[in-house]
Amino acid sequence: MTAPTPPDPSLLLQVEDVHKSFPGVKALDGMRLDLRRGEVLGLVGENGAGKSTLMKLLTGIYTREAGQFWLDGQPLDVKGVRDAEQRGLSIIHQELNLVPHLTVAQNIWLGREPLAAGFFTKPGRQTARTRELLDRLELDLDPNALVRDLTVAKQQMVEIAKALSFDAKVIIMDEPTSALNDTEVAQLHTLIRRFVTPRTGVVYITHRMPELKQITDRITIIRDGQYIDTIDTASATLDEVISHMVGRAIDTSARPVNVRHDREVIMRVSGLSTPGLLRDVGFELHRGEVLGFAGLLGAGRTETARAIVGADPMSAGEIELKGRKVVIHNAAQAAALGIGYLSEDRKKYGLMLNLSVEHNIAISSVADKFSQFGFERRRAMAAAAQDASELLRIKTPSVAQLAKYLSGGNQQKAIIARWLVKDCDILIFDEPTRGIDVGAKEEIYQLLNRLAGEGKSIIMISSELPEILRMAHRVVVMCEGRVTGTLGADEATQESIMELATWRVSEQREAA
Amino acid sequence: MSTLESLDHKKAGGWKQRLQQLLALAGLLVIFAAFSVVAPTTFPTYNNITNILFSAVVVGCLAMGATLVIVTAGIDLSCGTGMALSAVMAATFMVTLHLPVWLGIILTLMFGAVLGFVNGTLVTVLGLPPFIATLATMMICQGLALVVSNVHPIYFDSTGEHASYQWLSTGTIIPGFPNAIIMLVLATAVAFVLFNKTILGRYDVSIGSNLEATALSGVNVRKWLIAIYAVAGVFTALGGIMISARLGSAQPQTGSGYEMQAIAATVIGGTSLAGGKGSIIGTLIGALIISVINNGLQIIMLPQQWQNVVLGVVIVIVVFIDQLRNRQGRTS
Repeated sequence: MTAPTPPDPSLLLQVEDVHKSFPGVKALDGMRLDLRRGEVLGLVGENGAGKSTLMKLLTGIYTREAGQFWLDGQPLDVKGVRDAEQRGLSIIHQELNLVPHLTVAQNIWLGREPLAAGFFTKPGRQTARTRELLDRLELDLDPNALVRDLTVAKQQMVEIAKALSFDAKVIIMDEPTSALNDTEVAQLHTLIRRFVTPRTGVVYITHRMPELKQITDRITIIRDGQYIDTIDTASATLDEVISHMVGRAIDTSARPVNVRHDREVIMRVSGLSTPGLLRDVGFELHRGEVLGFAGLLGAGRTETARAIVGADPMSAGEIELKGRKVVIHNAAQAAALGIGYLSEDRKKYGLMLNLSVEHNIAISSVADKFSQFGFERRRAMAAAAQDASELLRIKTPSVAQLAKYLSGGNQQKAIIARWLVKDCDILIFDEPTRGIDVGAKEEIYQLLNRLAGEGKSIIMISSELPEILRMAHRVVVMCEGRVTGTLGADEATQESIMELATWRVSEQREAA
Repeated sequence: MSTLESLDHKKAGGWKQRLQQLLALAGLLVIFAAFSVVAPTTFPTYNNITNILFSAVVVGCLAMGATLVIVTAGIDLSCGTGMALSAVMAATFMVTLHLPVWLGIILTLMFGAVLGFVNGTLVTVLGLPPFIATLATMMICQGLALVVSNVHPIYFDSTGEHASYQWLSTGTIIPGFPNAIIMLVLATAVAFVLFNKTILGRYDVSIGSNLEATALSGVNVRKWLIAIYAVAGVFTALGGIMISARLGSAQPQTGSGYEMQAIAATVIGGTSLAGGKGSIIGTLIGALIISVINNGLQIIMLPQQWQNVVLGVVIVIVVFIDQLRNRQGRTS
């Protein structure tokens, strides 16, 4: 009986041929990763490449089907996040795991507070230990400050301090800078460099290419759940990284179809503002076009859609449909006017998961199409759901199947079917392919093109630029709650969109 | 294809929910059989079975409304005292104001709808949690029942003016079969049709399954939630009519405690407090189970104070078994 030995004991963290699949999707397929001692390893991959699955496997939230993890030469099998932390592996997620109304010190020692007689808390000792920790990290934080009063950057530092309080050997950071400004990013990088010693290491997940150059030693690229390559940062070019990342030759020949400039305006939005974010948003939507909405997270694209369909109140603004001014107070009125909204968060805002596919398709139309004097016309409803399901090729044994058993792509199709049955003229798709695998994505694209071809007007909100470039006849770009520009299909490039998406009001003011 | 067939129990969530109903029914039969063995001469008699059905009527009516509300992931704590207030209102209409019985009944049912409308408005327009909103209206109803009746029972003239009112409960259209039982069957049938055959039932489960998604699907959830609470209020008023018709009087002090029995009947019948799934037939069985237990324990002379203890234990067992099965369903 010999204890299992890692392939290379000198490595700090090793992921060896790990597999994991979910119904319909192979999330990880022979995943590998090697973290050396004393290095910062960049991990890059598109959305859905398998990064979050890998992290959930590492922390024991999911169980792997095959393969092995090694930490510091020992097999790593943890039961949960806390267990992982105690073994020296901490993960800092994009959404921070702090309790907002507790103090910095309380958050750091949550669940393992210094105790007297095993029961009574010792706040003094806790504060002192926190101060010690923060001093060691040269972090300018008050142990007794409430976490909710801190900026996101400071909160992130609390998370890192917490990780270090566990004596972490490995920290995995999932897009730590997505909410930080440049100064804060620099602070974070300083902190990371201070953390990395010959016995520790960091896995740094990011979408921001320039940061890879700044902070990492090597870069591992993964794609579609598979390991692609690891390259030295010093010798790597960003182009090389991106081409590895995108891999399957992005079909650059696939471009928007049926782009025309003589279409009639079907909806005009002007001066749209909300109490929270939006300022004077305006755009026109033409019949039969796919209008892309691009921008960074928090630019206000979803908020615009929700305000239009009346899901959120607007403080000012006008909506004209076919030249007629309309006021929309709720999604029921929007639907009656022929505007359907498909949320970015299907499970929360889209589906009745515990009800049938048929229910999910028919729910919007049952009152006006499938009932008489309030009584449902079951046969008509079943037939319509069945037809729509066949038309969109929804893969389900029957429309009586519960929605929760469908794959992401088929769930999305069921919601599209809902609005097709309702006969909406305007469809607002918020991240229509989020969480959908590659094959189903292409199907959704073709479906959107077909709908536009049939004269429906489509707004497509997307954070994936290739998707915008592939689909949109025109692109509305938003930044910080404003529309910063509208590009035609011929003007839209990754660069031109990103420039508008990062156009900051403050910068513009300075320029003026 | 089995599409149409499976549609018939779309609300029931397929065979699993069927199983739940069968289990509830089996439970009812087992409990019934157990009492029959313990008290063979007094329990399974014609008279006693009629008694059991009789006492299931009021809880059954309330539980129909409770089911519709609970399926939305809401709760209606006001149905017990609302029932007492409705009974007082019925008496006010017929005894104090001498309105004809038929008109009194219609006005009482309308009054119940108003009660439910208030609950629904508190929940949707003011955005109060259903538990708090109906806790408040529960106390308001209790108080108003005392205020309107001046803290005294109001007696119907059961031999003269209000004979037809009492007939509603104790009369026999079908010989040997009190009308109250027919009323319970009718109430169940109405609730069943509403829940399974109309868009109100469709929106009911949809709201309970995912309120946000239902709203974004273009359903006016405020309007429909208010409607559902209003319908529940009508069932509350029907409960008030049935209890006062049976007693021949409106008792303003009663009512409190009935809401818990109604909720218990609903839960025993397989309706989830989390919303999104429910069963009217299950609720009827639940009401009968409660009635059988109450009656059986009386028959075997278990002191009144112990009856609630037993009922509480039964609820724990039934709901625990249900959860156990659901958990297995999830992991398998």
